[in-house]
Amino acid sequence: MFGKLSLSAIPFDEPIIMGTLLAVCLLGAALLGAITYYRKWRYLWSEWFTSVDHKRIGVMYIILALVMLLRGFADAIMMRAQQAIAASGSAGYLPPHHYDQIFTAHGVIMIFFVATPLILGLMNVIVPLQIGARDVAFPFLNQFSFWLTAVGVVLVMMSMFVGDFAATGWVAYPPLSELGYSPTVGVDYYIWSLQASGLGTLLTGVNLMVTILRMRAPGMNLMKMPVFTWTALITCVLIVAVFPVLTATLAMLAADRYLGMHFFTNEAGGNAMMYINLIWVWGHPEVYILILPCFGAFSEIIPTFSGKPLFGYKSMVYATASIGVLSFFVWLHHFFTMGSGANVNAFFGIMTSIISIPTGVKLFNWLFTMFRGRVRYHSSALWTVGFMVCFAVGGMTGVLLAVPGADFVLHNSLFLVAHFHNVIIGGVVFGSLAAINFWFPKVFGFTLDERWGKVSFWCWQIGFYLAFMPLYVLGFDGMTRRMNHYDNPDWHPWLVVALAGAVVIAMGILSTGIQFFVSIRHRHENRDLTGDPWNARSLEWSTASPAPFYNFATIPTITSLEQHWDNKVHGRAYVKPEHYEPIHMPRNTGDGFIMAAWSLPLCFALVWHIWPLALVSLAAIVVTFIARTYNRDTDYYVPANEVARIENERYARLATVTRISQPSSRHQEAA
Amino acid sequence: MSSTTLPVMHDHASHDTSSMTTLGFWIYLMSDCLIFAVLFATFGVLAGNTADGPAGRDIFNLRYVAGETLLLLLSSFTFGAGMLSAKAGRRNALLVWLAVTLLLGAAFVGMELHEFAALIHDGAGPGVSAFLSAYFTLVGTHGLHVTLGILWLGVMMHQVFHYGVDEVVLRRLNCLSLFWHFLDLVWICVFTFVYLREFL
Amino acid sequence: MRHRVTQLVRIMEDQPHRGRRSPLRMLSRLAVFGVTVLLAGCHLALFDPRGDIGMQERHLIVVALGIMLAVVIPVIALTLFFFWRYRDTNKQATYDPTWAHSTGIEIVVWGIPCVIVVFLSVLIWGTTHALDPYRPLTSNAQPVRVQVVALNWKWLFIYPDYGIATVNQLVVPAKTPINFQLTADSIMNSFFIPSLGSQVYAMAGMQTQLHLIADEPGTYRGMSSAFSGAGFSDMRFEVKATSDADFRAWVASTRHGSGTLTHDSYLTLARPSVNNAPATYATVDSGLFDEVVNQYMPSMSGMPGMRNATNRAKE
Repeated sequence: MFGKLSLSAIPFDEPIIMGTLLAVCLLGAALLGAITYYRKWRYLWSEWFTSVDHKRIGVMYIILALVMLLRGFADAIMMRAQQAIAASGSAGYLPPHHYDQIFTAHGVIMIFFVATPLILGLMNVIVPLQIGARDVAFPFLNQFSFWLTAVGVVLVMMSMFVGDFAATGWVAYPPLSELGYSPTVGVDYYIWSLQASGLGTLLTGVNLMVTILRMRAPGMNLMKMPVFTWTALITCVLIVAVFPVLTATLAMLAADRYLGMHFFTNEAGGNAMMYINLIWVWGHPEVYILILPCFGAFSEIIPTFSGKPLFGYKSMVYATASIGVLSFFVWLHHFFTMGSGANVNAFFGIMTSIISIPTGVKLFNWLFTMFRGRVRYHSSALWTVGFMVCFAVGGMTGVLLAVPGADFVLHNSLFLVAHFHNVIIGGVVFGSLAAINFWFPKVFGFTLDERWGKVSFWCWQIGFYLAFMPLYVLGFDGMTRRMNHYDNPDWHPWLVVALAGAVVIAMGILSTGIQFFVSIRHRHENRDLTGDPWNARSLEWSTASPAPFYNFATIPTITSLEQHWDNKVHGRAYVKPEHYEPIHMPRNTGDGFIMAAWSLPLCFALVWHIWPLALVSLAAIVVTFIARTYNRDTDYYVPANEVARIENERYARLATVTRISQPSSRHQEAA
Repeated sequence: MSSTTLPVMHDHASHDTSSMTTLGFWIYLMSDCLIFAVLFATFGVLAGNTADGPAGRDIFNLRYVAGETLLLLLSSFTFGAGMLSAKAGRRNALLVWLAVTLLLGAAFVGMELHEFAALIHDGAGPGVSAFLSAYFTLVGTHGLHVTLGILWLGVMMHQVFHYGVDEVVLRRLNCLSLFWHFLDLVWICVFTFVYLREFL
Repeated sequence: MRHRVTQLVRIMEDQPHRGRRSPLRMLSRLAVFGVTVLLAGCHLALFDPRGDIGMQERHLIVVALGIMLAVVIPVIALTLFFFWRYRDTNKQATYDPTWAHSTGIEIVVWGIPCVIVVFLSVLIWGTTHALDPYRPLTSNAQPVRVQVVALNWKWLFIYPDYGIATVNQLVVPAKTPINFQLTADSIMNSFFIPSLGSQVYAMAGMQTQLHLIADEPGTYRGMSSAFSGAGFSDMRFEVKATSDADFRAWVASTRHGSGTLTHDSYLTLARPSVNNAPATYATVDSGLFDEVVNQYMPSMSGMPGMRNATNRAKE
């Protein structure tokens, strides 16, 4: 009846986990109680859970990612504490079976449930606004995708309290991840949480790709598309091309574990090297999936705060596209030490260093965008410069690792760990924080507190270098990753410094939390009445803040790359149209939420081999979907007078602000 | 508010939706194609790893598989004929063609299941060797797709019955048609690289 | 400290891959010097190698870093400088609000990374072949063969030429090439001695190769550097590089010692365990290594009990 599940699956004997469980239960009860007390359930359901608005879905992605950042970071600080303690004979406070789960969960969470939702959320919020669309191509699918990611998150969180999580490292190499060596449900949680969220990511990729290809405002040809949208397009192409590989690979691992097959086992002709190849065929493009939209965000932020257009727009587009293509030819650099021949290793080493060319070009282009600009020190601009410095270092150490001869001694060392944190924190985290500070007013209608934003920036900068520069040194001293304890006393001081760095980063995260809190409290003072708080350049800043649910009352016609800026310069911005048309919009629906919600018991049942529940859940998903296809009332028209009412309010707000003509006068002054 | 008061705009909007849905479904099919590509590649790597178990030549019955192939090819033809009827707005003819397609598909899946059952019965199940794991997974994944296609066909038959051939139904039939022909194409690759190769 | 710097620089000068004095050589020489000075103070394993392979790898790291730093440092400096120079409070700086294209700059910004990558590619191609772990080392000394089996969680070293074996302790003669053949009993590991150089995976059912040499007698740390489960952190071993005479004496005393490694005792040894004390075996069944490699080949099931490796891990 309950498959492999029994009460013994709950680790009662682990005080750390039980303490966490207690805290989660109390916090959860407080949250649910608060929602009930303030009678917000109906609001949550009708405005958020059932929303098909791309902005709301994007915001939920980002909230999910920030919450999981806390979990992933808690894992990180536990690891740092363990390694700062477990020197020279001490076992530390985390036994291997717990520690191994923590570093696996840390990697999985940070990649799949922090970085990925962050960029999916950003793309969701910004892309339709930048291309002058009213929603994504398939709003219902978008909702389903988001909730699938949420299901993945819930599964990973559940694994902490019911059963265990994989203790294999975040890419779960077989044969260690095979049933013989990982007999508990940990790897099964890993498989199903990634399958659920991976499907969501794939569908979002298809969705946004069609959105960008088919829903651009009239006149916006590909070379008039903002760079962020370009990077989103390439990212979607990469998602569609590689997430199926992940799905198939994990399905084969599941077949080994569930059906006794022999894809990657030692026995009966299985081949573990194939898994390692396949997982990196997905895995390397995945890091570009994460970083490209961040490159896009920086490419929007720098011109805005430098007060001039992006230097070398075409270069930027070609560089992005070539990174996308090249990312498919570098996967083998993750295992130069597997014993491939020198020719193969050298080929992949050279391909990897070639990919640094377009990346380098991007750095130069950002640099020359600031050249002869008027750089305002907004926190988004600070994050961008912090990124440029950090990424230059991380890129360099990455190319060093791509030199096979160097990789032979640096592979799997803390040098590698330092490298990928250097590019992922420097790129994706800094990028997302820059983007959040930049686009926040567009979604919520008020700007974020600058003081706490800058405190957060400095904590992250100092904390980052303190936490990861020692790891480079340790890598040079031959310390490998994933060690639970070690006997080399020379390593100890560096690891203590790294722990101190992690604590400073914690202060950075705390500052971001305070920043949100303070900003929400002072939201009335920081209202963005113009819709364009930064004197920005692309289309999304031409509509109100917060953007109305239909984004644009009239779809703009595009005549230039920086449409909004040019409109401002030529006095065409903020012109009130003579009349409004009714607007065609998708209706909210709970179907995507319900389908995803049923996939939670489905995955849980699969993890624990509870076959009846699995069958029922699967049937429920199929039936819900089929029933959905009989629902023909999926869209509606916003009447013109309703649009007029909303827009009139906006123009009334605009009239209270005088700085609308500022950009053109400033432009003339400078010219 | 109701869409009937705005017939012109509604037509425009749903026309747009149709072309977007087709494009989206195409992209989805390409990603599905990549899943098959991975499974084919895996099969290619593992085909020789029979681990003392039987090789393909020992267990495959080419004539039987040719029969399956014929069924599937025929079903693609009948689906095509159905789409012609759909575009001509001949609802009953469409329903008949869809029913024939469904039956052919079901017969294909039935034959495949029978083949699998016989193999497992003869001690050549998916757990015997890496080759058999790859074989069952590749062919089984295709079979699962056909099964989903059959379910979809059934739903579409009901919708044709219920709504007639309107724009939404036609759009869905178009997607299903793409899906069905795509599966045919994949099967031709399966037939060639999995079965036929063993006997060349 | 200064002595150490000059010593390291001298080591760099002695590198085998010196060419004619091209600008690249000059540049790399300069970079080598800079980075060497930076790192000379630390006794980091990779910067203080004790074998020829490690020496070449250190040289490679330093040259590659040097070439890249030549671009990365100016880029970082320029970033910070532009950010400061063109701050909006600085009204002295030129403001050119429409300037967004310059063919000349474009050529330069594509050109610089391309040039760097050309240099790196030449470097990669040459060194990847020179440092290929499968490539036997040239030496006058007769190489010593060592067969390495990664067990859960300890290392077994078989000396096929001497018929002896050790656990968690590797004794090799200095100045003699060591030819390693590696495999794993079940879970993948990576065999790594940082002071000597390259690492290579040890994988079940497969055999990989690695060629290393120790230039001087000494004791070095060895470990697994690919995570392999609960006992991974304890997969450490000690490497003793001895003089030729000491090595021969050690072989002789080991042979006269106790312990025999047979099929059965191998199965016992292969059971999961951590913190195994270093041990030696006076005799080893010949062909044991091949049987470990072939244990998963059904038609070569020469070793009853071995195929069932999955059950062992559960114990």
